[in-house]
Amino acid sequence: MTTIDTRPVAAGAAGDSATAPALGSVSGFFAAFAGWLTTTDHKKIGRMYTGFGLLSLLAGAVLGAVLGLEKAASDALVDSGVLLQLFQGYRVVLVFGALLPLTVGLSVAIAPLQLGARSIAFPRVALTGFYSWLGGMALTLAALLRNGGAGGGNEQAVDLFLVGHGLMMLGLLASAGCVATSVLTTRAPGMTMRRVPLFAWSSLVGSLGLLLVLPVGFGTIIYLLIDHRIGISANFGGSEGIGAWISFLYTVPAVIAFAVPAVGVAAELIPVTFRTRQAMRGVKFAGIALVGVAALSAVTRQFLFPVTIDTDQTFQAFVEDLVPFLVFAGVPLLGLVIAMGLGALTAKQGLQHDKPAVSPGFVFAFLGLLMIGLGILGNAVQSITDLELIGTSFEEGATLYVVYGAAIMVLGGFVFWAPKLWGVVLPTKAVLPLALLGSLGTVLAAGSLYVAGLLDAPGGIPTNEIAVQAVLDTSYSARAQLLAILSALGHALVAITGLAFAGLLMKTVRSGDAADANPYHGHTIEWMASSPAPEHNFEHVPTVASAEPQFDLTYEGTRA
Amino acid sequence: MSTSTAPLELPAAGPGDPRRQLFVGTAVACVSGSMLIGSMLAIWVLLRERVVSQGERFPVDYIIPEVVSNVMWITLWALCLFAQWAVYSGSRGDRAHTGLALGVTGLLAIAFINAQAFVYVDMAVPITDDYYGALFYAMTGTMLALVVAGLIYSVVAAFKSLGGRLDDAEVLTSHALYWYFVATAYTAVWFVVYVTK
Repeated sequence: MTTIDTRPVAAGAAGDSATAPALGSVSGFFAAFAGWLTTTDHKKIGRMYTGFGLLSLLAGAVLGAVLGLEKAASDALVDSGVLLQLFQGYRVVLVFGALLPLTVGLSVAIAPLQLGARSIAFPRVALTGFYSWLGGMALTLAALLRNGGAGGGNEQAVDLFLVGHGLMMLGLLASAGCVATSVLTTRAPGMTMRRVPLFAWSSLVGSLGLLLVLPVGFGTIIYLLIDHRIGISANFGGSEGIGAWISFLYTVPAVIAFAVPAVGVAAELIPVTFRTRQAMRGVKFAGIALVGVAALSAVTRQFLFPVTIDTDQTFQAFVEDLVPFLVFAGVPLLGLVIAMGLGALTAKQGLQHDKPAVSPGFVFAFLGLLMIGLGILGNAVQSITDLELIGTSFEEGATLYVVYGAAIMVLGGFVFWAPKLWGVVLPTKAVLPLALLGSLGTVLAAGSLYVAGLLDAPGGIPTNEIAVQAVLDTSYSARAQLLAILSALGHALVAITGLAFAGLLMKTVRSGDAADANPYHGHTIEWMASSPAPEHNFEHVPTVASAEPQFDLTYEGTRA
Repeated sequence: MSTSTAPLELPAAGPGDPRRQLFVGTAVACVSGSMLIGSMLAIWVLLRERVVSQGERFPVDYIIPEVVSNVMWITLWALCLFAQWAVYSGSRGDRAHTGLALGVTGLLAIAFINAQAFVYVDMAVPITDDYYGALFYAMTGTMLALVVAGLIYSVVAAFKSLGGRLDDAEVLTSHALYWYFVATAYTAVWFVVYVTK
C-alpha cells in the first residue's frame, strides 16, 4: 500500500488499551519491550537512534575531556598503551556514535510527520538500519577495547574494527535512503517540493549527502578488509595505513555534510519564533543545498586542493588554485551565509508585525547554528596553505564546532518537537541554561583547539605511538597546557549539558503535563497531529495548499 | 500570541496517487551503489598508477580471459533487455511472458555468476599476491554481490508479480532499473579491470 492510504489498525496494537497488557505487569513490560524492538513507527525508530546518539555524545565528550587533561598533565594520567585506541574511539564515538545517529534519528522521527505521511518509506528497512548501526558501533568499540583500530596490535581486532565500520555505514545508508525516499514520495496531497518544510528539505539534502559519502567509505572498507584480512596488506599500509584511508569520515568537510539536517532545525524555528513566513523560501532551499556540497568536498578530499596566497604566482596559477578552493570549501560556507542571511531577513520581517516568541528550542538552534558556522569557516580557513594549519589541531577544532554545534541544534529539535515525540513541553527555565552551557562548552572545547592550531599544535588522528606522543606534546608553547585544560573543560561542560538534558527529558516525560497539539504555534502540518503523535501520525491526512498551512490558519488574513 | 489549544484542522485528503515508492527507493539505492563502484574504481586506478609509475605491469603475470569478460558484459546488457521485456509484458497483463522474461533474467544472472567463477578459476590469482590479488577479488567480488542482489530482486519480483500483483508494474519497473544500474556499473568495471591493462 502507499503510505498515504488509511492504515488498518490491528487488534492489540499499541494504543489499543482494551487489549494491551498493563505496563506494570511483567508480561506488559515484555510486550512493550518487544513492541519497541520490532516497531515500524518511525518516531520510535528515530528516538532509539537519538537516544543512543545522546549516550554516545556523553561518551565522546568524556573521552575528549580525558584526552585534553592527558595533554595538559605533565605526568601520564592514562596508560600509554590505550591512548591510540582512546584517540580513535573519541573520533568514532563523536562522529559515528553521536553526530550521525542524532541527525539521522531526528530526520527519521520528524520528517515523515512534517510531510503528512502515515509512515516513513520502508519502515522495516529503517529499523534494520538502526540495528545494523547499533551492532556495528558495538563491534567497533569492542575492537578498540581489544587493541584494534588503525595501528592496533591485535590483527583480528583490526578486522573487527573494519567490519564494525562497514555495518555502521550500511545501517546509516539504509535509514538515510528511507528518509530520502519519504521526502520524495510520501508528501501529503498538495505538498509540492517547493512546499516541503525546511527541516524535511534539509533531511533530504543530508540524506543524499550520506548516500554520496558513506558508499565511498564502504568501498574503501571492503578493500581494506580484504587486503588486511586475507591479503598481505601490500596496498594500504597494513593496520597503520587504515587511518589514512578512512580518516576523511571523521573530520571536516565530511562532518559538515553529516550535519545538514541540524541546519534545518534552525531554518524551521526562525519563522516560527518571529511569527512570519520564511522570506525567499526558494533561495533558502538553495542555501541549505549548498551546505550539502560539503559531501562532494568530502569524497574528493578537498584538502588536496589547497589555495596559496602568493604574490609571485601568475594569475592563471592563482585562479587554478582558487576555483577548487571556492567550490569545495567556499560553497558550503556560502550556503550557510545564505541560510543565516535569510534567517535574519525573516526575523526583520517578523519584527515589523509582532514581538518574537522566543522558545528554548530556538535558543538551542540559533546557538548551534553559530557553532556550525564557525566550524564551516574553520574548514575554509585551514585550506589556505599559507596559514600552515593543515596537520594542526585546528582541524579538530573545526570538527568539534560542527559536531557539537549539530548536537546542540538536535537538542533544540528535541525541545521543539517534544510535544509530538513525547507529548510534553520541556520547562523553559530548566532547559534554557543548558543551551547556554552547551554552547559555552563548545566554544571552549573547539575554540581552544583553534588557538592551539594557530600556535602550531600538532593534530590529526594518530595511528601509531609516535603520532600519539606528537599530538600529546604541549611543549610547543607556554600556553599549550592552558589551552588543553580549557578544551577539556569545554568537553566536560558539553557532557554535563547532555547528561542534564537527558535527565530533564526523562523527568518531564514521567511527570510533565500533557502538551497541547501546537504549543509553539508551528507552521507546518505535523502540528495538526495530536500530542504525542499517534503511531499512524494523522487521523486524516490533510490537503496542503501552501508551504505554511498552520500559519495560514493561525494568522488567517492578518499576516502577509 | 494566540492562545488557542485545539489543533487547527486542514481539509482531509482523499486517497492519494501512488508515488512510486519502490521505484524511487531503488533509484536511491542505485545512486548509492554508483558511488560505491565509482569510489572502488577510483582507488583501483590510483593504486594501478602507483604500480605503473614504478615501471611495472599491472597485473604482472596473469592473463585476463577477455572472451569471458566480454561475454559477461554482453550478458548483463542482454539481461536488461529481458528485464524490460518483463515490464512490457507485465503492463499488458501477460502473465506467461512476464514469467518467461523474469525466468530468463534470473538465468542470465546465474550465467554471469558462473562466468565470474570461471574467471577466478582460469586466472588463478592468489589472494595473497603482492598487490593485485586483494584488489582484484575486492573489486570483482563487490560486483558479484551486486549481481547476486539483483538475482534475489528478480526472485522477489517474480513472486510479487506472478503471485497476483501483475497489475502493479512498479516492482517490475524498479527491478529493471536495478539491472540497468548493474549493467552500467559492470561496464565501468569491465573497462577498468579487464580491458585497461
